[in-house]
Amino acid sequence: MSAPQTLSVRNLSIMFGGVHAVEDVSFDVNPGEVLAIIGPNGAGKSTIFNLISRLYEPSNGSIRYGDADLLALSPHQIVATGIARTFQNIELFEQTTVLQNLLIGRHRHMSANVFTNFAFLPGVRKSELEHRRKVEDIIDLLEIAQYRDERIADLSYGARKNVELARALCAEPSLLLLDEPASGLNTEETDDVGFWLEDIKHDLGVTLVMIEHDMNLVGQVADRVLAINEGKVLACGTPDEIRDNKAVQAAYLGVSQ
Amino acid sequence: MQILFKTRYEDDIGFLVKTGEKVRVGMVLAFLFAAPLFLQTYYLSELSLLLVYAIAGIGLMILTGYTGQVSFGHAAFLGIGAYCHAILISHGVPFTVSVVATMILCGLVGMALGRSASKMHGFYLAIATLAFLILVETLLGEWVSMTNGYAGFAVPGMKILGASLGKAWQQYYVNLFFILLVIVGAANLFRSPTGRAFLAVRDSELSARSLGVNVEWVKIQSFGVSAAITGLAGVLLAHQLSYLSPEVFGVLESLKLMLMIVVGGLGSILGAVFGAILISVLPIVISFLKDVLPPAVGQQPGLEPLLFGVIIVLFIVLEPLGIYGRWMKIRYFFETFPYYRKSSFVRQKSYLKTERLR
Repeated sequence: MSAPQTLSVRNLSIMFGGVHAVEDVSFDVNPGEVLAIIGPNGAGKSTIFNLISRLYEPSNGSIRYGDADLLALSPHQIVATGIARTFQNIELFEQTTVLQNLLIGRHRHMSANVFTNFAFLPGVRKSELEHRRKVEDIIDLLEIAQYRDERIADLSYGARKNVELARALCAEPSLLLLDEPASGLNTEETDDVGFWLEDIKHDLGVTLVMIEHDMNLVGQVADRVLAINEGKVLACGTPDEIRDNKAVQAAYLGVSQ
Repeated sequence: MQILFKTRYEDDIGFLVKTGEKVRVGMVLAFLFAAPLFLQTYYLSELSLLLVYAIAGIGLMILTGYTGQVSFGHAAFLGIGAYCHAILISHGVPFTVSVVATMILCGLVGMALGRSASKMHGFYLAIATLAFLILVETLLGEWVSMTNGYAGFAVPGMKILGASLGKAWQQYYVNLFFILLVIVGAANLFRSPTGRAFLAVRDSELSARSLGVNVEWVKIQSFGVSAAITGLAGVLLAHQLSYLSPEVFGVLESLKLMLMIVVGGLGSILGAVFGAILISVLPIVISFLKDVLPPAVGQQPGLEPLLFGVIIVLFIVLEPLGIYGRWMKIRYFFETFPYYRKSSFVRQKSYLKTERLR
């Protein structure tokens, strides 16, 4: 696992037509911390993730991860810098098994040569077994052993969420972007996610950035919170500071009468 | 029902781990190897042709069934393969060298097509591959100095390492050798990173990309592998037909290949083989029916394409998973007897996908 580095986003902007989806957003994510991004729907949270993973081209600004200038890379090269992500609307490989999904998660560590793969030379077999062992570690961590050979299309929503998290972890990231890890989960499952995120942070030493609406989960896991509204940074601070921030309350959390 | 107790990771990547699979495959292999002993020449050459189409089907299956890239132009690779090989061996190039060279040429042409197709989706891809097919067909017809145009091109007899292999049973064994090679190779591909990347691109380009899969390159590779294998089928087809003509490799042939893999069952190597069996056996059954039916019906022109069409429509309506899907259900029924329920294979609708970024 590569050492965590600082993700620094500076003056990031993107326009869709006349809409400033993200406007002049700057923030840092320090190694080893958990940053939560909150904000109302349409605030531009997911757009920031899509900008970091290079699915969108920003109109302005810079994104650096350690020494790497992410804007100089193609989308498929991002994971090589150590950044993995999950999606808000689960993007698994539906017609394949959980195990295959997780092995694809390890793609960045594999060499895919058509000819040696076609012949399945002993070297390919050996590397397959090694990667399988690493995948099993993640399966143990997230307790999804019972789904190992199931096809994604046959899994429940909650299980899919776990598999997607597992797949991102299989890439051995140093920074993990989680897009609403607890959306659609019940209270018990959300608690599990909370524990896993703690495990991922402490045991695997992964830096986490998560978009989340569940403020209990945010309070439990996050070290810092970034509040966004209408594409702009509203406030950034500890969960308690954000909870007490008047602007955030007005825009998102709601003001008690 | 056999429950496997897996103790090593090898159990998951091995072929034919279950006893039933071993027995079934063993029986099919025994039949295939013994076939020339008891089959008449006519049926043997039909079986030979079936093997060739199965190879072509696997070629297209890799692209369409496993990578999700539709191609209506695969007859072009069949044509390029057949003509390239025929021209090479008529200039005295040895069989083995010619096969390798032909596969490389087809692979490169496939990669070039894949390069331009890698940015396209759905209908646009279908139209682009169709245009490519028409281009190649025209080229084969008009490049008279090379291909002898529409007058046709006689394919020299098969000669491997000095031994002349012109008889039906000899060609049959050559085809058998190549299809076994292709099946094992394709199966290998899909238990290794390359094949998994193909699957990833098929199911979600978005997350494939964010996991480090170079989607464009994967598509180019898939086109290349698929074209090379289809080109190999073209080589064998050339020997099977022994006389080549450009219109053989037209749109109808492409549709036949596409139909084969759809009816056979997309996304499985076995499906391609089942599809090949269907399109080879169906004409025989139809010609048999012609004799049995009253002449007023049996001698109607157009009966054969009609029946062909009806059977295919029935398949698509009643068994969208294709013959492979049906086979899976039958197998599951016996393996889990008496626990099989009709609902065992009913899939839930996939979750609504919004905000998909292509």
